Amino acid sequence: MANENTGGELVLAADGTPLKASLNKAMRKNRIRALLLVTPLFVFILFSFLIPIVDMTFRSVDNWHVGTLMPKTTAALADWDGKALPDEPVFAALVEDLQVGAKAREIGKVGTRLNYEKSGLRSMITSSGRKALKVKEGPYKEKVLKMHKKWKELSTWTVIKRNTAPFTIGYYLNAVDMKYDDNGEIVRQNENRRIYGKLFLRTFAISLAITVICVILAYPISYLLATLPLRYSNLLMIFVLLPFWTSLLVRTTAWIAMLQSQGVLNDLFVFFGLVSDDNRLQLIHNMTGTIIAMTHILLPFMVLPLYSVMKTIPPSYMRAALSLGANPLVAFVRVYMPQTLSGIGAGSILVFILSIGYYITPALVGGTDGTLISNQIAYHMQSSLNWGLAGALGALLLFSVLALYLLYNKIVGIDNMRLG
Amino acid sequence: MSDVFDLKNFPGKRALQKKPINNLEWALIADGVPLAEVYDVLDTDAGKDRAFAKLATIKSDVIWWTEGAVPPQLMADGEAVFGTGYNGRWFSAIAEEKQPFAMLWDGQVLDIDGWAVSAKGQNIDEVMKFVKFATDTQRLADQAKFISYGPARKSSGPMVSKHATLGIDMAPHMPTTYADQGFLTNFAWWADNGDEMNERFAAWLLQ
Repeated sequence: MANENTGGELVLAADGTPLKASLNKAMRKNRIRALLLVTPLFVFILFSFLIPIVDMTFRSVDNWHVGTLMPKTTAALADWDGKALPDEPVFAALVEDLQVGAKAREIGKVGTRLNYEKSGLRSMITSSGRKALKVKEGPYKEKVLKMHKKWKELSTWTVIKRNTAPFTIGYYLNAVDMKYDDNGEIVRQNENRRIYGKLFLRTFAISLAITVICVILAYPISYLLATLPLRYSNLLMIFVLLPFWTSLLVRTTAWIAMLQSQGVLNDLFVFFGLVSDDNRLQLIHNMTGTIIAMTHILLPFMVLPLYSVMKTIPPSYMRAALSLGANPLVAFVRVYMPQTLSGIGAGSILVFILSIGYYITPALVGGTDGTLISNQIAYHMQSSLNWGLAGALGALLLFSVLALYLLYNKIVGIDNMRLG
Repeated sequence: MSDVFDLKNFPGKRALQKKPINNLEWALIADGVPLAEVYDVLDTDAGKDRAFAKLATIKSDVIWWTEGAVPPQLMADGEAVFGTGYNGRWFSAIAEEKQPFAMLWDGQVLDIDGWAVSAKGQNIDEVMKFVKFATDTQRLADQAKFISYGPARKSSGPMVSKHATLGIDMAPHMPTTYADQGFLTNFAWWADNGDEMNERFAAWLLQ
């Protein structure tokens, strides 16, 4: 207690200010400096990562189309009981909305949205929009019913009414192979349209298989890297890093040349008489191809953390275990392996999370049974332009990865993970 | 075209595009549906089932492609014995790279490209002049000097001449020369049923 020792006087810094204030000032400076140093990264992540994720997640529930582009119909449908076709006022509102929407060339968006839940509504809306421009006066109901046969179906109106709500769970239902039936009840998707559940399961299964194979392959390599004399281990390290530095696309394409049925590997098999010429192995454009190519691409992500952990284990521990009477296997399993667990954990979580979101490699070598959920997300982003569904699938994938991460933290503990 | 679905007389892999569009139509044609009735049949539930059932007969012998460059490559590597693809790609493989393939125009699908001009863009008048120029009779015929696509105008047909570098007559390589053997995609049908068919196709691939 410096203050008491000096008789209650404040300790002063060299410039005469109290030491405490001076220290605070210096610390505040450091804190501000630290904050400024992370700001560029924070801003980058905010705009390139956080905001897009929030935006896509919002799209997965956003249902603005009908409410915004057909406001009159939305209001007129508010009291509709859904038991029979609506009455004249609803049709009058509909014609007015169609006319406005067709003139502004916006009505197609409503058609696209409704078509996700009932096939055929896209052309019903767009063609009715064109026809509505010619309608000058009522009775509207009669005229609209003549525009397209689907206006006479009660389920059309159920779909429209349901989507007047500003938010929807429709995309999430679609993403877990469910749907609304004609009466608006939530039921399972038709057998011949169920895909996303299967793809999620397959994505997790393939990712798990790749992680396990990577551990098995990377463990001995990392062990050699960590224990061999420097001149050998450096060479070995280059073998690990060279593919790591090569473009992903190049490596994937190289695997196609290697594995296809007229490819290098099959040619060698035939040459050595392992398989007959007309019975070549199908190693690519299927799940085998995906697993082989992805394992190769992700292997360095397992080798590097394992290596850096193994490098820190003193060889004397093994020698001590051996000299205390353990046989080599016991010493390895009970003394060496537990010390590498943090490296296995770090490598596994890296490889697993990377493979869950893998996209280009499965698209190129996956064929039909080797494609993953990310390929469907890409399809809905780029081809079908159903961004709501892409957002819902992406959000489900994100949440399941987060759930797995929490589970991992609970079982292994994230503090035990070491990247070196 | 039905030979593509005939595994007995023509064994080997088929390279087909990983999309339901065109494949469903071809399946029905191979199953005996006349060209003019394809979309009427496809519009019924029974017709859709029939198309998928016919596709299923060759499913295990199909390599599904997504990039247009892939099917000629698969054929050149001997990986596939039939391939579907954009005829311009086949033309360069056959005529420019002298690959030993031949075109099958029977059942070809005619597709149309269009120009779109942004209403809010700049220099719209100039752009419209360009579009008018680019789509006139002579220009559409000239396009065929470089690749065997088009011409979308009937009047351009007789003006199609020789390839710019190869010097070969282009008329026998133009899809428009064989237009009567094929059909035009029913875009309205696919606009309505595309979402459903794509999901069903993806689910069917997984089975």
